[in-house]
Amino acid sequence: MKLPPFEYACPTSISEAVALLASHGGDAKPLAGGQSLVPMLAFRVASPSLLVDLRKLAELRQIRITDNGVTLGAMVRWREILDDARLRTAHPLLVAAVEHVAHYQIRNRGTVGGSMAHADPAAEMPGIAVTCEAQIAVVGKSGARVIEAAAFFQGPLMTALRADEIITEIRLPQWPAKRRFGFQEFARRRGDFAMAAAAVFYDEDAGKLARNAHVGAIGVADRPLRLNAVEAVLDDNTIDDSIIAKAEAAASAAVDPADDIHSSGAYRKALIGVMVERALKGAASIG
Amino acid sequence: MTKPHTIGKRVLRLEDGPLIRGRGRFVDDLKFAGMLEASFVRSPHAHAAVRHIDTDAARRLPGVHAVFTCADLAPALTQERLPLQFRTDQLPADCAPPVLAKDEVAYVGEPIAVVIAQSRAVAEDAAGLVAIDYEPLAAISDCRVALRPDAPLAHRAKPSNLLIEFRQSYGDIAAAFGPAPHHARVNLKQHRGGAHSIEGRGAVAVYDLNEDRLTLWSSTQLAHEVRAFLMRLLRLDENQIRVVAPDVGGGFGAKFVLYPEEVALAVACLRLRRPVKWIEDRREHFLAAVQERDQYWDLEVSFDDEGRLLGLRGELIHDQGAYTPQGINLPYNASTGVTGPYIVPAYDLRVRVVETNKVATMPVRGAGYPEAAFAMERVLDRIAGALHLDRAQVRRRNLVPAEKMPYVTPLKTRAGSPVALDSGDFPRCLAMALEAIDYAGFAERQRAAWVKGRYLGIGIGNGVKGTGRGPFESGIVRIGRSGHISVYTGAMPMGQGIKTALAQICAEQFGVTADNVTVVAGDTAVIPHGQGGFASRQTITAGSAVHLAALAVREKVLSVAAHLLETGVEDLELHDGRVEVVGAPGSGLTLRQVAEAVSGVPGYAMPGKFEPGLESLQSFLPNSLTYGMGCHAVEVEVDIETGGIRILHYVVVNDSGRLINPMIVEGQLVGGTVHGIGNSLFEWMGYDDSAQPLTTTFADYLLVTATEVPNIEVHFLECPSPLNPLGVKGVGESGCVPAAGAIVAAIEDALSPFGVTISEYPVTPARLFGLIAAARS
Ligand SMILES: Cc1cc2nc3c(=O)[nH]c(=O)nc-3n(C[C@H](O)[C@H](O)[C@H](O)COP(=O)(O)OP(=O)(O)OC[C@H]3O[C@@H](n4cnc5c(N)ncnc54)[C@H](O)[C@@H]3O)c2cc1C
Repeated sequence: MKLPPFEYACPTSISEAVALLASHGGDAKPLAGGQSLVPMLAFRVASPSLLVDLRKLAELRQIRITDNGVTLGAMVRWREILDDARLRTAHPLLVAAVEHVAHYQIRNRGTVGGSMAHADPAAEMPGIAVTCEAQIAVVGKSGARVIEAAAFFQGPLMTALRADEIITEIRLPQWPAKRRFGFQEFARRRGDFAMAAAAVFYDEDAGKLARNAHVGAIGVADRPLRLNAVEAVLDDNTIDDSIIAKAEAAASAAVDPADDIHSSGAYRKALIGVMVERALKGAASIG
Repeated sequence: MTKPHTIGKRVLRLEDGPLIRGRGRFVDDLKFAGMLEASFVRSPHAHAAVRHIDTDAARRLPGVHAVFTCADLAPALTQERLPLQFRTDQLPADCAPPVLAKDEVAYVGEPIAVVIAQSRAVAEDAAGLVAIDYEPLAAISDCRVALRPDAPLAHRAKPSNLLIEFRQSYGDIAAAFGPAPHHARVNLKQHRGGAHSIEGRGAVAVYDLNEDRLTLWSSTQLAHEVRAFLMRLLRLDENQIRVVAPDVGGGFGAKFVLYPEEVALAVACLRLRRPVKWIEDRREHFLAAVQERDQYWDLEVSFDDEGRLLGLRGELIHDQGAYTPQGINLPYNASTGVTGPYIVPAYDLRVRVVETNKVATMPVRGAGYPEAAFAMERVLDRIAGALHLDRAQVRRRNLVPAEKMPYVTPLKTRAGSPVALDSGDFPRCLAMALEAIDYAGFAERQRAAWVKGRYLGIGIGNGVKGTGRGPFESGIVRIGRSGHISVYTGAMPMGQGIKTALAQICAEQFGVTADNVTVVAGDTAVIPHGQGGFASRQTITAGSAVHLAALAVREKVLSVAAHLLETGVEDLELHDGRVEVVGAPGSGLTLRQVAEAVSGVPGYAMPGKFEPGLESLQSFLPNSLTYGMGCHAVEVEVDIETGGIRILHYVVVNDSGRLINPMIVEGQLVGGTVHGIGNSLFEWMGYDDSAQPLTTTFADYLLVTATEVPNIEVHFLECPSPLNPLGVKGVGESGCVPAAGAIVAAIEDALSPFGVTISEYPVTPARLFGLIAAARS
């Protein structure tokens, strides 16, 4: 479990970083917090010839909150999200989700960009990005582009990123102050990756009907999912016990998780329903 | 005995200061000039023939000093296999593992070659370049399937996978089952994962050319035995080899055996004449350190209308893994531990120990007793269920009452002595636990929770642990010319606090505090004989040895002082490290003055013809095991929608005999209980049908972390053991013995509205969810 040999570079500008990645023809990897990449090197499931450390790219460290929403630089750490008091109102769903990410030490190093690029199907941040219709800004040798979260995740540890591209920021759309939301996760131990987690939010119109419902599911497929069928159950309805029960059933019906060594698919299928139910109860302040 | 001075006190652990300040010294902290590092090439196959090993590319890698295979090591060794470490004629010699596999590999992780390089990283790079031509063979994973005549064989050349079959049997079992009014059948699958101490295995071998001596620094639980086996394998005498265990970061049984890696390292060092280090990484621990793993139990019980046991019979199939480095003590203990604290009039268990293509099994903390206790507690819960009796009541009716102590069963320990419960008050332990958890009030709590849609359950588990195995442990107490008191012992500290306990035991005789005593352990150079740390034994065996040695030294101090002071021993008292004339404070001599007096002056006679020095070496040879009793009572809540389990209240009542240091004992009990919680709810070493390990990282193999550990409430019952001069019983393993029985019973009780039966642990949320779903449909 020692790292294989590699070259190391620590560029001071994004263009330099991109050039370094491009120069190694797909065999170079950005290094962010190292909390996922370094274990993969130690297990020798990855052996890039060059690591491009992003730690000196100060412009990737910023959290910006504007009328358009919240923009997280790729190198923003979990810890910085939890420490930023503004985010508790600017994006409470993000904060609620990040509270479930890993443990103290890992939160001090792990970054949102690393998590997005790593694309673990059970990770919280990709789930929030998909649920909130985030945009992912990236830069590569052929310039900058913006990828919709829904198109970004393509499978377990697979994304739309090209080998020479780095994520620069994640843009979460503006969050209305009165928005109702809930985040529920079931993990074997606190801080473990989710067995299943649900992120939900909706806005209420004057008649207390749900509008703009968004429901995301984490850990139940090869990538984070938006559950449109559940959103359809919620939209234009008062969120009460009977709607929540329908949403629970719709959530379970919408997914088809595979069996793995830790659980049957059937378990996760039921679990996501329970997580959606509990998240909605939280959002609607029921129970 | 007069009022104890330091024994029985919550003395802070002497070990902790250096460890907390970063002054611990573990194997990996050792660095020697010119030191090389080793990496082992391990089999990726559960079973394969090895056709050819090509090490050329690996040898050519810059920084690589050597690559050794079995063929390379063989000339240096008296045999290619490790010796079977518990000598017995009941097992075939070829069941022990080879030092390095030659023409067949029998589990994933089996070492085949060792690369020695300038650094571990280079050694790993080179290990990846060793090309091995394997011919994959069918592998056997499940020990029950392994018994079928058409099952794949774990080893090509063996006629079957059955390593050994034996029976534990007494009483008239046929009569017990014939007319008995009630019968029940209990089928269990028990799984106890691996050891997973924070520090893995590891060793550094250093050869001193001038002294012609090999020193092996190893993170081991048995320094003296490692030395003995290496002497035999390498044709060395005592002067040519020293084994030292520096600070050891936990062992839990997995370091109580000589490993192939230690032998390979020693040979590599002798061949290269360079220090060589190997530090086990976590993946290697998962693959190649011994585990406790799987047992399948099929039991039938007969009982009367009151729920009293009449007879218990059945079968146990034990997954031994591919090799037997030590013996079959694990299934043996399991088979003799079943009756535990209970009266079982007739018993008959057929045990089959079966080889599979997995790493060897050996005792991990608890050593078969947790499985035995779980089996018995499940049986008793089944009886209670069948007769609609209270579970505590069924236990009270079957526990050995205090007035029957000592209670000798017809079973024999593996050393041949009877399984004899020496002392204790089991019903009282149970009563204390029930009281502490408010058992009487539980039904009301459960009902109140139901109203809110919550599911609470309570469970009870009892268990005894045979502790203090012999044949002996040794201790030297010495007061040097400085007047300082030192203890040397063959016992092995590995985090338990044994140094502190031994210091207290010794300090008691000199009226000083424990921090005035230096304890040196784990080094074959300081004491000739030692057995090491296993079977919750060291306070009993080493503690008694040190006690006897301290008494002897004390007696000599008093005699010498009496001679020097020209008074009688009866006029002297020893306290605060001084010998004083009774009633004359400030009179007398310091220990240093006494020590100086018996150190002699060149050319002059010894005073009073005393032998030089203040020193005694004593060994304590226990006649039989002393049994500590534990009763656990647990209240849990089950989330029936997720299968989530939360422990609300955990009570441990333990009789560990006389307590040398209640704080350390409490720590051991909490640690053991946490281990038991891990076994019950989390730890699972998975293998697929072709014996490929599935859970080889801590992301997949879950250990309990702080957030899952409830507050564990510990109560003591002190029934001194009559079997040793200190009255102590072992405690290192006790916590994990009753845990699974109690926890699983509590979960089952929480789900009583659904009629769920649990016969397997670990109980994971997914499994529990499946059971609930099945029971509901
Ligand atoms: C014990 C443990 C528990 C954990 N539990 C959780 C959990 O519960 N939930 C969770 O979500 N995560 C969890 N993690 C993962 C953790 O959150 C990681 O920090 C995160 O997944 C990766 O972030 P990183 O900054 O460490 O990235 P790194 O490990 O440095 O990189 C990960 C991958 O992303 C690429 N990358 C990094 N930054 C960029 C960028 N800006 N542009 C393009 N590619 C980039 C790297 O090349 C690499 O392929 C856990 C990790 C550990 C060790």
